Amino acid sequence: MKNYETVIGLEVHVELATKSKIFCGCTTEFGGAPNTHVCPVCTGMPGTLPVLNKKVVEYAIAAGLATGCTITQKCKFDRKNYFYPDLPKAYQVSQLYLPICRDGGIEIEVDGVKKVIGIHEIHMEEDAGKLVHDPWDDCTLVDYNRCGVPLVEIVSDPDMRSADEVIAYLEKLKLILQYLGVSDCKMQEGSLRADINLSIREVGAPEFGTRTEMKNMNSFKAIARAIEGERKRQIELLEYGKKVVQETRRWDDNKDTSFAMRSKEDAQDYRYFPEPDLVPIEIGDDWLEEIKNREPELRDAKMLRYETEYDIPEYDAVIITGSKKLADIFEATVAICNKPKEVSNWLMVETMRLLKEHEMEPEEIKFAPENLAKLIGLVDTKAINRTVAKEVFEKVFAENIDPEQYVEANGLKTVNDEGALRTTIEGIIAANPQSVEDYHNGKEKAIGFLVGQTMKAMKGKADPGMINQILKELL
Amino acid sequence: MDITTLTALELSAKIKDGEISVVEATKAQIERIKKEDQKYNCYVTVLEEEALARAQQVQALIDAGELKDSPLAGVPMAIKDNMCTKGALTTCSSKILGNFKPPYNATVVEKLEAAGAIIIGKLNMDEFAMGSTTETSFYGPTKNPWNVEHVPGGSSGGAAAAVAAEEAFYTLGSDTGGSIRQPSSFCGVTGIKPTYGTVSRYGLIAYASSLDQIGPIARNVSDCVAALEVISGYDKKDSTSVDTGEYKYTDALVDDVKGMKIGIPRGYIGKGLDEEVKNSILKAAKVLEEKGAIVEEFDMDIVDYAIPAYYVIASAEASSNLSRFDGVKYGYRTEDFNGLQDVYKKTRSEGFGMEVKRRMMIGAFVLSSGYYDAYYNKALKVKALIKEGFDKAFSKYDVILGPTAPSTALKIGENLSDPLKMYLGDIYTVSVNLAGLPAISLPCGMDSKGLPIGLQLIGKHFGEKDIIRAAYSFEQTREYVRPTFTKGE
Repeated sequence: MKNYETVIGLEVHVELATKSKIFCGCTTEFGGAPNTHVCPVCTGMPGTLPVLNKKVVEYAIAAGLATGCTITQKCKFDRKNYFYPDLPKAYQVSQLYLPICRDGGIEIEVDGVKKVIGIHEIHMEEDAGKLVHDPWDDCTLVDYNRCGVPLVEIVSDPDMRSADEVIAYLEKLKLILQYLGVSDCKMQEGSLRADINLSIREVGAPEFGTRTEMKNMNSFKAIARAIEGERKRQIELLEYGKKVVQETRRWDDNKDTSFAMRSKEDAQDYRYFPEPDLVPIEIGDDWLEEIKNREPELRDAKMLRYETEYDIPEYDAVIITGSKKLADIFEATVAICNKPKEVSNWLMVETMRLLKEHEMEPEEIKFAPENLAKLIGLVDTKAINRTVAKEVFEKVFAENIDPEQYVEANGLKTVNDEGALRTTIEGIIAANPQSVEDYHNGKEKAIGFLVGQTMKAMKGKADPGMINQILKELL
Repeated sequence: MDITTLTALELSAKIKDGEISVVEATKAQIERIKKEDQKYNCYVTVLEEEALARAQQVQALIDAGELKDSPLAGVPMAIKDNMCTKGALTTCSSKILGNFKPPYNATVVEKLEAAGAIIIGKLNMDEFAMGSTTETSFYGPTKNPWNVEHVPGGSSGGAAAAVAAEEAFYTLGSDTGGSIRQPSSFCGVTGIKPTYGTVSRYGLIAYASSLDQIGPIARNVSDCVAALEVISGYDKKDSTSVDTGEYKYTDALVDDVKGMKIGIPRGYIGKGLDEEVKNSILKAAKVLEEKGAIVEEFDMDIVDYAIPAYYVIASAEASSNLSRFDGVKYGYRTEDFNGLQDVYKKTRSEGFGMEVKRRMMIGAFVLSSGYYDAYYNKALKVKALIKEGFDKAFSKYDVILGPTAPSTALKIGENLSDPLKMYLGDIYTVSVNLAGLPAISLPCGMDSKGLPIGLQLIGKHFGEKDIIRAAYSFEQTREYVRPTFTKGE
């Protein structure tokens, strides 16, 4: 077999985290009963007109600046015309001629090798509605709730050569957008969708091969599988002397294969032209400067600061900053309790364990930083011991309970009454003469057994340090 | 006294004095429509119940001392059927919107209601405002009250004819390439096409978004200007609306043109113009000159390219704007279909008329890949040059004067079979839309057939006051002429 190279470019659609839609005041909230987040404007009723949400432009600019793009200071919208029931105006307001951001790039690292992936452009557009097939009545219904939700489409250059590079690029992009607060990038809710343009060529060939476009991957894992599948399919075609057809393919993750949707010959003529209902957007230097100054601390800077300012290990900093949500919880909790190492430990150990156990993403964490801070406080003042604390944390994690109230209500506080503890220990010593003797004969382990017995008698609500101290004293 | 022959401002004064009640006026107007409209077919929908209920409310408000600053309060009026009225049929004179009741009001409707207007109905038009004769309406042609064998012009034919036929005190039309001015000219009434961005387009069902503008039609300049004052103003719902902060147009109702510089483009009085119309226009120019204006002729050849540029741009936008009428969400849907493509194809084939289909096809063609630069992009360049040409002219003149249309009202059927001839009839009006300028058409004479001739005055951007002053001054030199209501019957 010849030596082939895979060439990949990505079109990533990202739903912006604005409260309202791009051209009307309707909410962008995910879900909702069908056709409840709609108005005459986003359903394209005759005579209605779009009014641009300024926040959308700001978010698009922020995304462009953070990815090293040049901002098009006089940009405008165009209409992309096509008929489909989920598109109530029969055109999508998008940007073709003057996209808001151009010529950027982001650096990725795969197996220790750094590489810049070029960003060809970022443009703003409106999302379409959703078709829902009703198998019962064998009819198709339309839900316009998502219609008019703002999107940016981030178009990369064909700079990626492997699935690992694609995933690294997507991870990095996702983190940048999350840190900017521009999007929550939830793939399962469709707020981040990637289309893959992939072609194969012999290593060293000057020209790109014929590419296909693949849609419908809903996780990074599916993307990796789809790339592998498509790479193999194209190589096989070439090996058998066949040609790759330029077409759009749909990935079916259940069947682990892709299907042709439409070929280039069937491609629609979108008859783009400037949207006459919107005036061109003028982005002044002042506005640009303002957005630049508002740019929050991004991941790399944050990672460095965690190590220096909080003195937490690099490994921990990498993991915690690997999710905007974790980093937010970390900082908010540290701000309350001022114990960065403790907070880091709770996140790195218990939180990670529970996330894995429940197959959850960090973004789905429900507990409030206040409650984690309270828990750390309880341990710190020795109000509860670590074993109890872990149990309480499970409750905090699952239900976001207030640990102080919970400990109080369930009588989990450590008994700090030395007299009572001493009485209990005296009883334990009397009941376990063999262990006492073992201890005196130099068997250090025996004291562990006695501590355990005492803890059991105290129903776990004792401070192990204190038990140890009293035991040694009495023995 | 025959209430319906009054002007809008005369009626409103009598309402304020308690001489006539709003209900009385509304009833009188509706009676006249019932009696006369079968001859002219100005209305698609008459909102009798709603209007009478509203009349009582407005009367109560006036009695309570409100609406004092609304000079048109209580006056019955009607609007072209392409402006959305909440819960009331809005058809664009098309089959495809034959059952469409919008869930919201156009901004102009909100403004009219706030000013105490009584909306008595929706007026006939060329289908989706595409046409210059009101013959392309799905609901039958409107006829010219001066002679029912003639067209009233278009596309706001119902709006102009209703005013002339005294079936409304004033009306609102829309003007994309002359659709307010040309029917005003044909029907012997006054119509204003404001500067693009003066009146909100929110709720106006778009034909060509970058050219459409709503404006008033009335029996004289003062009524027209009073109505313009009600409907104009910045609207945050329309991104193309402009806040000029200056909407007190009635201030310009001054009989004084001393020193006003008026230019007549030679191309506007050259070949292709009916001789009688030409004489009438030049006579009007003479009248203004005698009143102290400085009138001269000048060349502005770029407007020769206005018609092709206009039809490319307007059709392109229309092809996109009208794509939403697909039978999925509202309006007409074909009864018998097999799958999605079939719904689209049949609904649109059955729902739209010939002229609309023709323009949508032209529009889709000029936007298609490979042709965009040759047609659409070139038309945009012509548009820019036309704007430049006018800017240059307005560095010398306050007002540009010319005819509104090359002839008086044509006979019904004369143009329908020859679209190109119909398009050429827009020669003096379309460049104004391409440049986004304000213009007024007002009657200035009659031809030998007894049909009215319209004088067009064009102003610079937001120069409404200049053309209003010139029009008002000219109007003072002649009486309003009512149609005889007998010709051709």
